[in-house]
Amino acid sequence: MAELLQFVFSGLTVGAIYALVALGFTLIYNASDIINFAQGEFVMLGGMTTVFMALAGVPLPLAALIAIIVTTGVGLALHRFAIEPARGASSVALIMITIGASVFLRGVAQVVFDKRFHSLPPLFGADSIQFGGAAILPQSLVVLAGATVIVILLWLFVERTLLGKAVIATAANRLAARLIGVDTRRIVDFSFAVSAAIGAIAGILITPITLTSYDVGTLLALKGFAAAMLGGIGSPLGAVVGGLLIGMIEALSAGYLSSSYKDAVAFLIILVVLVAMPQGLFGRVKVERV
Amino acid sequence: MLSIENVKSAYGRIEVLHGVTLHVDAGEIVTLIGANGAGKTTLMHAISGVQPITDGAIRFAGERIEKRPAHKRVAFGISQVPEGRQVFAPLSVMDNLKLGAWSCRDADLEPALARVCALFPMLDAILETPAGALSGGQQQMLAIGRALMAKPRLLLLDEPSMGLAPNLVDQLLTVIRALRDDSLTILLVEQNARAALAIADRAYVLETGRVTLSGPAAEIQADRRVREAYLGI
Repeated sequence: MAELLQFVFSGLTVGAIYALVALGFTLIYNASDIINFAQGEFVMLGGMTTVFMALAGVPLPLAALIAIIVTTGVGLALHRFAIEPARGASSVALIMITIGASVFLRGVAQVVFDKRFHSLPPLFGADSIQFGGAAILPQSLVVLAGATVIVILLWLFVERTLLGKAVIATAANRLAARLIGVDTRRIVDFSFAVSAAIGAIAGILITPITLTSYDVGTLLALKGFAAAMLGGIGSPLGAVVGGLLIGMIEALSAGYLSSSYKDAVAFLIILVVLVAMPQGLFGRVKVERV
Repeated sequence: MLSIENVKSAYGRIEVLHGVTLHVDAGEIVTLIGANGAGKTTLMHAISGVQPITDGAIRFAGERIEKRPAHKRVAFGISQVPEGRQVFAPLSVMDNLKLGAWSCRDADLEPALARVCALFPMLDAILETPAGALSGGQQQMLAIGRALMAKPRLLLLDEPSMGLAPNLVDQLLTVIRALRDDSLTILLVEQNARAALAIADRAYVLETGRVTLSGPAAEIQADRRVREAYLGI
C-alpha cells in the first residue's frame, strides 16, 4: 500500500509536468494547427537558464524570472522568424520547421551552457515528508501546486477575458476571426509566448527533482505529445488528464514491471491511441450544422 | 464609397478574378449575382483583405486600402458576413457578439448590443446558448449581428439567404432594407437573384471572374439573358 502510494505520488509529480508540456502543445495547436516539437526545449531553457543565472550569482527568484522571460522571447522569435515567414506552407512543413528549431535550440544550449547535468535547490528543502508510509518530496508538492495555479489561471483567462475568447474564436474559425478584425497573427504570437512561458515554468519546477541538461527537452516533448494525444489533441482538459495519466502509468509500470521500460510506455500509449481512438479521451468529434 | 478598379486575384497560378471593376455609393444596396464559381466570394474576401489581389485598386472612403491587413479594414468600417455564417460554434451568442466589436473593444459595448438585440429579438432570448447549437436561421441573424457590432459603414453580405426557409428569407430581406434605411451601405452577394434584385438599387452580374452586365436593379431584372440564366423565366 505504501509502495503504491509512493508510485502514485511520483507519477502525479512527473505527470503534472507532462500536463504542462501538453498544454503548451494544445495552445499552439489550437491557434495555428501546428504541433510545436520545440515545446520540450522551452522546458529545457527554463531549467538551464535558471541554473546558469544562479551560478552567475543572480538570486534564485530573479534567475527564474529571467529564465521565463528569455524563454518567452525564444518562443516569440520561433514564431516570428521561423514559422511566420513560412506562412501558407502545409502543416507538415511547419511541423518540420519546429523539429528543426528543436535541434537548433539543443545545439545552441550545448554551446552556450554545457553538456552536464545540473540541479537547482528545492524551494522548501530536500527532507521528505512521510505520508502513509510513502516519502514525499516537498518539491513534488511545489510542482503540483504550480501546475494547478497555471491551469486555473489559463481557465480564468479563457473564461473571463475577451482576449481569451478571441483565442478560442481564432482556434474555432480563423477566417471568421480575421473578418471580425482579430489580428490572428498576434493571437498566434501570443500562444507561442504563453506556451514558452508555461514550458519554462515547468522546467524550473521539475529541475530540483529530475535534474536538467541541454537535451532533456526531446523526451519531455514526446511524453507531452503522448499526453496531448491521449487526452485528445486540442483539448486543454484532455492535456491535463492525459499528462497525469501518462505520468501515473509510467510510474506504476516502472515500479511494478521494470524501470527499463519506463520511457517505452509513452510510445506504447501513442501507438494504442492512434490505432484505437485517434480522437483521444476528450477530442472533438466534428459536428457541423449546414 | 467603395470602388474596385480592375481587381485581379488568383489561387496559386489559377486566376479567378480577371479584372473586376465596380463601385458602391453611400446608402445603396448593390447586389452582385452570378453562378457558383463566378468569383463572388473571392471578390468579397479581396475587399475584406483575407484574399490577396494580384492587380488593381480597392478604394474605400477615398483611401486606397488594398495593401491594408484585414483587421485594419474592419476598424476602417468594412464588415463582412461570410458565406456559411461562420459563427464561433463553441462560444455563446453573447461572446460571439462581443467579439464582433473586437475592432472597437475599448468603447462601451452596451449601445451596440442593445441595437443588435432590438434588430434580432430572437437572439435576445438565447444569449447564453453556444452558437453551434443554433438553427441555421438563428446563426445567420447572429452572423449579421456580429458584423454590426463593429459599427461598419459598409456591410458585405455573402449569400445570406443560403439554406434558409422562404419565410426566413423574407425576414432577412426586411432586415437588410431596414439597415440600409438606417444609413448603412450594403454589398450583397446572392445566388438567389430574385430576392437580391427585389431589394437592390443596382446590380452587377459576375461571370467567370468578369463583370458582364451592370445597371439599375429593375433593368437587370428585365434583361432577357438574366431572366433566362438566373431567374429561370
